[in-house]
Amino acid sequence: MAYSKKVIDHYENPRNVGGLDATDPLVGTGLVGAPACGDVMKLQIKVNDEGIIEDAKFKTFGCGSAIASSSLVTEWIKGKSIEDAATIKNTEIAQHLSLPPVKLHCSMLAEDAIRAAIEDYKKKQKIAA
Amino acid sequence: MRNRPIYLDYQATTPCDKRVVERMLPYFTEDFGNPHSRSHAYGWSAEEAVEAARSQVASIINADEKAVIFTSGATESNNLALKGVAHFYKDQKNHIITCATEHKCLLDSCRRLEQEGFKVTYLPVQPNGLIDLEDLKAAITDKTVLVSIMAVNNEIGVIQPLAEIGKICRNAGVFFHTDAAQAVGKIPIDVEAMNIDLLSISAHKIYGPKGIGALYVRRKPRVRLLSLISGGGQERGMRSGTLSPALCVGFGEACVLAQKEMASEALRLKALQKRFYEEITKELDEVYLNGDLDQRIPGNLNLSFAHVEGEGLMMGVKELAVSSGSACTSESLEPSYVLRALGVEEEMAHTSIRIGFGRFTTEEEMDFAREKLVKEVKRLREMSPLWEMSREGIDLKSIQWAAH
Repeated sequence: MAYSKKVIDHYENPRNVGGLDATDPLVGTGLVGAPACGDVMKLQIKVNDEGIIEDAKFKTFGCGSAIASSSLVTEWIKGKSIEDAATIKNTEIAQHLSLPPVKLHCSMLAEDAIRAAIEDYKKKQKIAA
Repeated sequence: MRNRPIYLDYQATTPCDKRVVERMLPYFTEDFGNPHSRSHAYGWSAEEAVEAARSQVASIINADEKAVIFTSGATESNNLALKGVAHFYKDQKNHIITCATEHKCLLDSCRRLEQEGFKVTYLPVQPNGLIDLEDLKAAITDKTVLVSIMAVNNEIGVIQPLAEIGKICRNAGVFFHTDAAQAVGKIPIDVEAMNIDLLSISAHKIYGPKGIGALYVRRKPRVRLLSLISGGGQERGMRSGTLSPALCVGFGEACVLAQKEMASEALRLKALQKRFYEEITKELDEVYLNGDLDQRIPGNLNLSFAHVEGEGLMMGVKELAVSSGSACTSESLEPSYVLRALGVEEEMAHTSIRIGFGRFTTEEEMDFAREKLVKEVKRLREMSPLWEMSREGIDLKSIQWAAH
């Protein structure tokens, strides 16, 4: 399979690989996918008082397109409010990376990861309040 | 090498040996005759070349040359063996036994026969990839016409116990077919000693040209089959169509070379295999070999690198031409059915890489490949949430994963 230049770039130079302290009430963690399906994404966000995502980190088990999709979304969501981040669509990710149809699920997984991280953050905030 | 990746996919195909190509060339130009033309010297000369090639192919499996039928390749040979025998004997017997890890072309032929009303038993394999002979004995009934078990598996390179299977089949009065596409030229095959009744070969797996193969069909005791292709009745009526003398000659020469060089080549490849496997398991934790190590051809390693997805890994080792059992490399998105049949967990099947090496692979290339893989596996593990969790002692099976 031929990969697009953008996929190769994110695969070879992934942005924001790593982790944030999952116990921090300001950090939301999303873990989506399944090992049996061949891809798992962990996306973490750190949200400040104004509801802005000030940091994002990821780790991904998966093919090049899955790694690129998660790397890309960490770039996109940094500096966005959680409301705006939640509006990112898998189609935008797929289009930006020129994913072929057989790889569309990678972009869907990245969208799911953002939502899961935001949900986790909101849940923690409720408990804290 | 024109900046191309190192070729480590010898189970997919092999480069044609230059000595083979040289022998083939005259048969495209000067010696272009139709081997079935009986009325002039062009035909006679082509026929002579084809028959010499037939005996060279027969020799590598210790067969009677009259029992060797040229086909377009092992896929056709497997189709002809399965469907041909099943159809010929369908009034007396309707049961076939094969195994879960066979090549797609064989399994697909079986499915077709099932649709026609034949019964097929798919034997499971043990975790090392080999069938249990007791399972085979138990599966044979008085309705069984054919047992078809591959000699060497194309993904994991394991060698089935052919002589034992042959003995069981002969004693039970059941024909034994083996798909030997990955075995011929790699390990000694003897249709007499192993009681093999039908055997499929492919030329391009043994440094011969693509587009030709053979089916051995035993004459004593005679195996009969219904042909798939109607026509002029060439190849003893079992496979009509004009033969290509150039392809036949190339196939024959490939067999001659393989027979002559098999022993020394096997020793050399065994050493490469051992070095690669021992070193990579020293340099990386959690590397698992799929399939038996000892009952295995020397030119194959199939390794699972835990917590690193296979296609992602292949993208990182673009200097190497390898293949993966990962779902992502197939249109179906299902991981390798061969690995699944071994009982390899789906997750581990996704992390597998097949390294196939052969006649033209050097030690330097194998060392380079290993270093490249080690480096990339380490990089991707640093990026893998599963690797992180397993390092933290989290049991990945205890997590409720959302399937998608």
